[in-house]
Amino acid sequence: MIGEGIQSTNQRKHSYVQDRVEVGFFTDPSVCIGCKACEVACKEWNQVPDDGFTWTGNSYDNTGHLGASTWRHVMFLEQDLPKGDQIAGPMSLGDQDPFRWVFLSDVCKHCEEAGCLEACPTGSIVRTEVGSVLVQNDVCNGCGYCVVSCPFGVIDRRPSPLPDSGGAFKCTFCYDRQKSGLVPACAKVCPTESIVFGRLDDLRAKASQRVQQLQQSGYNDAQLYDPTDTSVRGIHAFFLILGEPEAYGLPPKPQVPTIYLKSAWTAAFATAIASIIATLVAFAFSS
Amino acid sequence: MDAPASEKRLEQLREKAWQEGVVPGRGVDVIGGPIPRKPGYYGEPVVKPPVWTWEIPLYFFFGGIAGMSAVIALAAVLFHHVGVARAAMWLAAIAGAVLSPILLIMDLGRPHLFLNMLRVFKHRSAMSMGAWILTAFGACAVPGLIALELHAHQIFAGTLDQLLSFAAGIFIFGAAIFGTLLATYTGVLIGATAIPAWFLHRTLLPIHFGTAGLGSAAAVLELFGHRISALNFIGFYAAAVETLLLIWLSVAKHGAADRAIHEHGSGWFIRIGEVLNGPLALLLRFFGLIPLAAISFLAGALISRIGWIAVGKVSGADPEAVFASQR
Repeated sequence: MIGEGIQSTNQRKHSYVQDRVEVGFFTDPSVCIGCKACEVACKEWNQVPDDGFTWTGNSYDNTGHLGASTWRHVMFLEQDLPKGDQIAGPMSLGDQDPFRWVFLSDVCKHCEEAGCLEACPTGSIVRTEVGSVLVQNDVCNGCGYCVVSCPFGVIDRRPSPLPDSGGAFKCTFCYDRQKSGLVPACAKVCPTESIVFGRLDDLRAKASQRVQQLQQSGYNDAQLYDPTDTSVRGIHAFFLILGEPEAYGLPPKPQVPTIYLKSAWTAAFATAIASIIATLVAFAFSS
Repeated sequence: MDAPASEKRLEQLREKAWQEGVVPGRGVDVIGGPIPRKPGYYGEPVVKPPVWTWEIPLYFFFGGIAGMSAVIALAAVLFHHVGVARAAMWLAAIAGAVLSPILLIMDLGRPHLFLNMLRVFKHRSAMSMGAWILTAFGACAVPGLIALELHAHQIFAGTLDQLLSFAAGIFIFGAAIFGTLLATYTGVLIGATAIPAWFLHRTLLPIHFGTAGLGSAAAVLELFGHRISALNFIGFYAAAVETLLLIWLSVAKHGAADRAIHEHGSGWFIRIGEVLNGPLALLLRFFGLIPLAAISFLAGALISRIGWIAVGKVSGADPEAVFASQR
């Protein structure tokens, strides 16, 4: 057995759905080994179709980005920055030539204020008992509005000729497994528990502890990526990151697009009234 | 490139590789060597660009014409221009109750599930509001047109005809109210998204789409031979507002965050569209070249709609634009 064995929240059966407890993912790149077991487990369990095989040339990452047929994505970052107090190998030039390789398994953030959920005109996207955001595939008519409403670029419409094409897809937080008391497939298979599944409050405590621990051991740029101070109001799948969020393709200050509605509708109503007045004036003065 | 295919050139390349660590060249995508230098995560998009295809800009175009035609029809009814009112209601019904729904349904990933749009009413989703606005508009424009035609042809007499005339008035009024929303909500739709070049211009977009719709409706009616001074006035108003919007767009620049509007092919679409329905249409109308002004305005309205969707695709795929909009 690996790690805490069956004591680990990643391996234990649970009743979070029945108990209506908010759950989340905490993903920690400092222990990720880049094995991609999460990607494979996700694809296999959820029967996500093969969306083609292309070489990106981006380190060891040929997945590229999250999308309709990629719900877990292991990023491979190559940076000329030091990685904590790591012992430099014989090929290294030490402090003059720092190098680090960071792996981070990206996933749908299951936002507190979810742009996709707000935007969905069919009610296909719902909030589950455990606080995750779920797309009901049989209700989605593929309007594509969630795609441009996600501040993290997670959800996408699946192109044909893939199976179930035309609908919007993203991580389901393995809602089907969770209903049966099972842990999401990606967390279940993670050999180093870089992906931790559990109660949101427990995970938040665990994450801040881990950040402190890493900072004490020389990872000065370790921080938590959980935008609680923006209109997104926090995410249920949060990340420990080394360095700035931009390097991971994460927006530094993500906003839920509904905050733009007020000014946009004001402009729309003003235009509506101005158009009616202009038209009435035009006819009144030429009659 | 001063000495191609020579030993000297190869030595130059070796020197450059040694000095700079990277040798760019045509057909060679230098992404690393040793550390990748693209913005964000290997230059991958941070937000997803829109998946919408040609149907959507065309829908914006026809929806704008339909909605504002109903406004013109209402004014025409009030001021007894029955000919203009009938033409405007035909335009509203065909563009708003036939073309617009067809285009919208065609763009869906699963067109057979289009009725799911009416499962819920979500005021915080501009797409949901749009679906209901379009439905309400169709439910007003079609009976409004039928009642108006029956009344105009005096099919029935007496009380029934009076009732029809009253019904026509009510439905045309409803079509005009929902029509103004139909023409403007599309700006809210793309303005309230995560695409930087769109949300940064969320106040401009509804004004542009609504006014372009009004000018286009008047232009179509003029091209169909309704050359009355009221429509000419509307043409002047719309072209003047569009000219102001062109100035606004060139003044309120947001640097890298909305560069898709000012650079690339998408930027040219916006510029050409805005010049055609702004200053050029105004100038042509000023010199009394009404048909040319109408054509220029219509072309501009269509091209700028195509441009705004193209801008969304470029801006959404640009990680630096997203970062710049949030810093």
